[in-house]
Amino acid sequence: MDLAFTKEDLAFRDEVRAFVEAELPADVRDKVAKGKHLERDDYMRWQQALGRRGWLVYTWPKKHGGPGWTVTQRYIFENVCADMNAPGIIPFGSKMVGPVIYTFGTDEQKATYLPGIRESKVWWCQGYSEPGSGSDLASLRTRAVRDGDHYVVNGSKTWNTMGHWADWIFCLVRTDPDSKPQEGISFLLIDMKTPGITVKPIIMADGGHEVNEVFFDDVRVPVANLVGKEGEGWTCAKFLLANERLGIAAVPQSKRGVDAVKKIARAENDNGRPLIEDASFREKIADLEIQVTALEYTELRALSAMAAGGAPGPEVSFLKIRGSEIQQRITELALEAVGYYAMPYQPALLWHGANEEPIGPEHAHTAAPRYFNVRKTSIYGGSNEIQKNVISKMVLGL
Amino acid sequence: MDLSYSDEQKQIKEGVERFVREQYAFETRRKIAATDRGWSPENWAKFAELGWLGMSFSEDDGGFGGGAVETSIIMEAFGSGLVLEPYLPTVVMGGGLLAAGGTAAQKEALLAPMIAGEKQFAAAYVEKQARYNLADVAVTAKKSGAGWTISGHKGVVYNAASADTIFVTARTAGGQRDEKGVTVFAVDAKAKGVSRRDYPTQDALRASEVTFADVAVGADAVVGEVDGGLALFEGVVDRAIVAMCAEAVGCMDALNKATLEYIKTRKQFGVPIGKFQVLQHRMVDCFTNAQEARSMTLMATLKIDDPDAATRKKAASGAKVQIGKSGRFVGQSAVQMHGGMGVTDELSVSHYFKRLTMIETMFGNQQHHLSRYAGLSMAA
Ligand SMILES: Cc1cc2nc3c(=O)[nH]c(=O)nc-3n(C[C@H](O)[C@H](O)[C@H](O)COP(=O)(O)OP(=O)(O)OC[C@H]3O[C@@H](n4cnc5c(N)ncnc54)[C@H](O)[C@@H]3O)c2cc1C
Ligand SMILES: Cc1cc2nc3c(=O)[nH]c(=O)nc-3n(C[C@H](O)[C@H](O)[C@H](O)COP(=O)(O)OP(=O)(O)OC[C@H]3O[C@@H](n4cnc5c(N)ncnc54)[C@H](O)[C@@H]3O)c2cc1C
Repeated sequence: MDLAFTKEDLAFRDEVRAFVEAELPADVRDKVAKGKHLERDDYMRWQQALGRRGWLVYTWPKKHGGPGWTVTQRYIFENVCADMNAPGIIPFGSKMVGPVIYTFGTDEQKATYLPGIRESKVWWCQGYSEPGSGSDLASLRTRAVRDGDHYVVNGSKTWNTMGHWADWIFCLVRTDPDSKPQEGISFLLIDMKTPGITVKPIIMADGGHEVNEVFFDDVRVPVANLVGKEGEGWTCAKFLLANERLGIAAVPQSKRGVDAVKKIARAENDNGRPLIEDASFREKIADLEIQVTALEYTELRALSAMAAGGAPGPEVSFLKIRGSEIQQRITELALEAVGYYAMPYQPALLWHGANEEPIGPEHAHTAAPRYFNVRKTSIYGGSNEIQKNVISKMVLGL
Repeated sequence: MDLSYSDEQKQIKEGVERFVREQYAFETRRKIAATDRGWSPENWAKFAELGWLGMSFSEDDGGFGGGAVETSIIMEAFGSGLVLEPYLPTVVMGGGLLAAGGTAAQKEALLAPMIAGEKQFAAAYVEKQARYNLADVAVTAKKSGAGWTISGHKGVVYNAASADTIFVTARTAGGQRDEKGVTVFAVDAKAKGVSRRDYPTQDALRASEVTFADVAVGADAVVGEVDGGLALFEGVVDRAIVAMCAEAVGCMDALNKATLEYIKTRKQFGVPIGKFQVLQHRMVDCFTNAQEARSMTLMATLKIDDPDAATRKKAASGAKVQIGKSGRFVGQSAVQMHGGMGVTDELSVSHYFKRLTMIETMFGNQQHHLSRYAGLSMAA
């Protein structure tokens, strides 16, 4: 056992650093550092830079155009990117639909879709959830009826993240209403420009727009866009969700989040002294830092087991639960740290280029909106209650 | 001992609850929040007409002789509907300062028209460097002839944009964090040298940054004693804390009701999600938290007028800690149990959560009041 990186690992770290330094647009980096909202183009400029270097799909095997990195290299890459304030990679193409396509797709589908994902030329979004089907995904009802060499899709999807920016959506649709819930589902790729698709924003508690409802009204989708076999979409769905779990712990982001709380606590005053000198507040930060470390080493253990060829163990399942709780705790502490100046509501300031003067200190105005918004992390991607049900059933045998 | 309401108190309670139920539907509130003013003058006139603005003041002061219990009754009902009208800054804080420290002339000029619904108030006491320490006052008032000249900046002043009079704490003697040497002034909101930057708050109320640039006031602007304003102001803040705790209890009850209703009707896996034991237990914890919050608020309501300052402070801080803890748990749980719907702007859930969060911060968060309570409790 060894905690230290090898010489090669260190050289790789320097290479990643140099790349980020040279390729991450300064304005994007600044937005991330300040916790501002990003535009589609901000993500695209960064992801396309990664794509040109062949690093965007860094979890893919070589034969599908990935870099073929070791798990240590992936770990280093993620940490360096987070440390240097690179935006998170939008997972829908690179981590979700891409692997589904290279695992279950036809050669033609691979040739058609994978290059656009590798190079970040195409923005994908995920169409799983429906108004009546959240945790119980298999109850979904959006229908796809075969008509010659097309499917005709009717229904609606919801909680569609960044669908208003997307070129394509991957959907779970019901192709057989009469079979068992999980059996009549198919996995379809749909061009968002197809007639009959309407995207309607859902406004979040913090006033932001990141999710949508998507309506399908007699949308004609070529049968060639079916991935895997008709009626076997649930296999793709489960494969995709398992892929989604790794990396969802957001450890590098949380480490940066703890640093940000420390920075706020250094800048805020309490009785004429920096808040960070207040014993009880220091202890809260220390407690959080220990939680992040426990999570990090749990993730490292999983990565190490994978590097040795093993399947990731049960620890992987609770990375999501603890990861989301820690992200939420960070926002709670930031909110506590800023005191009264959490109160002014200045949504425009969350966007770059807003020429409004912040009312309190620069670090204060994002505290409350983030706290409200980050409640989502224990809901999306399978709620924490559902994750716990999975662990108790699959891991503990209850 | 009798912890039940009197018949008169029950009547008030029913009246305010009816108003909230019939005239303060969530969509109505949304419309009021979107107006420039952020509250409804028609509602305010109604409050005056129904006697709610004078309910807790003595008959000598032109009120109806109620007290902290009446204030709590009104605030709890307001909390259950997320009422936006500026009752706390105007009646509880401004009115409270006048009742506790005002001269007969000040009461006649300010309190009487406030009770009649003709004047509104704001209290300016937050300073950037001070966090929750009310004694940390950098705004100065210097003697000038018979009167005073006030200079400096106050932040997050609720209702300043609508206020006729702003009550401001200023340093008249001593060092920046000395307890002695703070004086409360009643400043005409339109006085020369008063300037504002107005903004909405996270919970859809209205606040302002207020700058005082050599604002000249007369000797009659002093509320209470020169250099002795801190005790007066602290007393009023403690009363405001208890009133706000009652508001939070109303918020929590409404939120629990909405969540319970939701988990009974929202179906997943073929059953209402309330059939899942983990949600049942979480709902039970929400109820327990709301009960504890209600009990601590009641305790504080009954002790807030205790002549012993330490007893009063302990009661207020104890209630504030409990409210912070319970409010956070109930708010977060309501969001979680609503799933994706809980994080949207569309449902009232997120709005109650936001108000509870701001209540946790206002007048000092859990940490601040826990350490104030610890100091008082260990000293005894
Ligand atoms: C910000 C955000 C972004 C999202 N992005 C996407 C996206 O891009 N694409 C997409 O398809 N979906 C997306 N989702 C949807 C997300 O996956 C669902 O919100 C999630 O699965 C929960 O479903 P629901 O909201 O319908 O809640 P419900 O399923 O109604 O759950 C409500 C509550 O009941 C609990 N519960 C439900 N069943 C059980 C059970 N069996 N045992 C115990 N507790 C239970 C839940 O944990 C939750 O607390 C997003 C959601 C959010 C909030
Ligand atoms: C110190 C002590 C003194 C006692 N004195 C007396 C006495 O004087 N007279 C007397 O008659 N009895 C007495 N008891 C017994 C006591 O009432 C039982 O221990 C108690 O009812 C729990 O039963 P159990 O120990 O069989 O645990 P179990 O019923 O086997 O429960 C084990 C665990 O499962 C949980 N559990 C069980 N059912 C559910 C469910 N439906 N949902 C969720 N969780 C569940 C329980 O909460 C517990 O955590 C005493 C027990 C103790 C420890």
